Amino acid sequence: MTLWVDRVSKTFPGSMKASICDVSFQVSEGEFVCVIGPSGSGKSTLINLIAGLETPSTGEITLDGKPVREPGADRVVMFQESALFPWLNVFDNVRFGLKNQKKTPEEQEKIATRFLKMVRLSEFAEYRVHQLSGGMKQRAALARALALDSKILLMDEPFASLDKQTINLLREELAVIWKETRKTIILVTHSVEEALFFADRIIMLSAEPATVREVMNIDLPRPRSIESEAFLSLRKDILKRLRVEVEEVAKGEHDAR
Amino acid sequence: MPKESTTRGRVLRMILFLSALLMIWQGVYFLGVEILSVWKSYAVPSPLGVLNSLIEVTSGSVLSVAIFKSLQRLLVGFVISMGLGLILGLMMARIDFLRQNMKPLVLGLQTLPSICWVPFAILWYGLSDSAIIFVIIIGSMFSISLAIENGINTVDPIYVRAAKTMGTRGGALWSRVVLPAAMPSLIVGMKQGWSFSWRSLMAGEMMFSSVGLGQILMMGRDLADIDRVMAIMVVIIVIGTLMDRMVFGTWEKSIRKSRGLDRDDQ
Ligand SMILES: Nc1ncnc2c1ncn2[C@@H]1O[C@H](COP(=O)(O)OP(=O)(O)O)[C@@H](O)[C@H]1O
Ligand SMILES: [Mg+2]
Repeated sequence: MTLWVDRVSKTFPGSMKASICDVSFQVSEGEFVCVIGPSGSGKSTLINLIAGLETPSTGEITLDGKPVREPGADRVVMFQESALFPWLNVFDNVRFGLKNQKKTPEEQEKIATRFLKMVRLSEFAEYRVHQLSGGMKQRAALARALALDSKILLMDEPFASLDKQTINLLREELAVIWKETRKTIILVTHSVEEALFFADRIIMLSAEPATVREVMNIDLPRPRSIESEAFLSLRKDILKRLRVEVEEVAKGEHDAR
Repeated sequence: MPKESTTRGRVLRMILFLSALLMIWQGVYFLGVEILSVWKSYAVPSPLGVLNSLIEVTSGSVLSVAIFKSLQRLLVGFVISMGLGLILGLMMARIDFLRQNMKPLVLGLQTLPSICWVPFAILWYGLSDSAIIFVIIIGSMFSISLAIENGINTVDPIYVRAAKTMGTRGGALWSRVVLPAAMPSLIVGMKQGWSFSWRSLMAGEMMFSSVGLGQILMMGRDLADIDRVMAIMVVIIVIGTLMDRMVFGTWEKSIRKSRGLDRDDQ
């Protein structure tokens, strides 16, 4: 499995400036790639482009050599706002996409049961979405995405709307699940800590226009701890580099005025 | 809003209020008709007279036959109106051209009281059941189609996007995502359409003499029996309320509750 993002730019119709500009990178089988950038730097746009929900203005995205033209179950997205369906219970939400894959009802149930167990929601299978806490919603959304066995899983700030404690818990769980499934994941986030916790590779976006500013290979040993010294010093280092970036943006805005 | 006493207390208070109203009404009637004789007794109903008429009309089969006939027309009209409203609503929701150009027209037509269609109905269908059903359909389908268009276009796009990335496409996007997501607003639209149908039915049935609730209401007028007119009005109110609250109200409540849109105590 190889995903190529090849000199991709996106300017939304009616918009003066490009949301992302000339972004290129490659993701291979089993990699966990994190994209960081300040808010508004085009992270969601990038995810939507890879998902096929938007089309690039220039450049091309290919998955295993085939150009991405439309959304498909080989590139499932997990959104920040869970996007679970309120008219279905948790179990049917997890099973939703499997119906498109022409699986028998027995297979669907088996798969849904397995992934609900993986995210520790077995007891909540019959619950409606509104009866779940924020953390449980994201777990259910993760199970729904994993159940489809996509080639690549795209995550758009999946933990950004949760409280600190829940974030830590879910990060640990995702790390374990990733170790078990070896899924290829692209996760975008504004949190350096989150990126460092997961990533084999971090792609740092600059703001306005979002271009790839830096690519870092992270070889911190796993399982990672956000309190280890190596982690903390690396985090500090990245934050410093990011700050320069943010200051440049601020200066640019100032000069433009 | 302050949550006041229990249901029982609320019902009790309402009964008390209604009884007081009835007593005042009876008092005013007594004063105006019997003592001062400023009003003619055939022009002013009295609570006791209405009660008498109610017992009278409900004892025979006239009323039940009329209700049956009326509900039958209503059902036929409503079902057709739902079908046409659904088609028109879906078309306005899907086709930008229609939404931009047709919707303002439909919005205008919707404000037209259904009784304005009566001349049309008679010229096209004569004095027949079809004429009444025509008035029902034309009086409710525009509001239904607007509710459907609105319900569909206010579906949160995140659901459609999520479904697409899970490999859902084409017709399945509609049947498995858009329609279920729009369901609460669709039910509100149906409820509204139903009450428009009900009003149109009455307008239609008063066009000419045909068995039905509207007709026995007019019969009361012809007999100069104001108590009877009022009694039938009460029946019409009760049926209308029952259908509105029991059928659509319950349905709406249950679907809203299952999605967490209402709390239990509301
Ligand atoms: N559908 C859209 N139409 C026009 N502009 C958009 C659209 N989506 C995003 N943008 C713009 O693109 C830029 C990047 O947005 P986004 O990808 O959401 O950033 P992030 O996810 O990093 O916060 C923003 O300036 C935003 O206003
Ligand atoms: Mg975003």
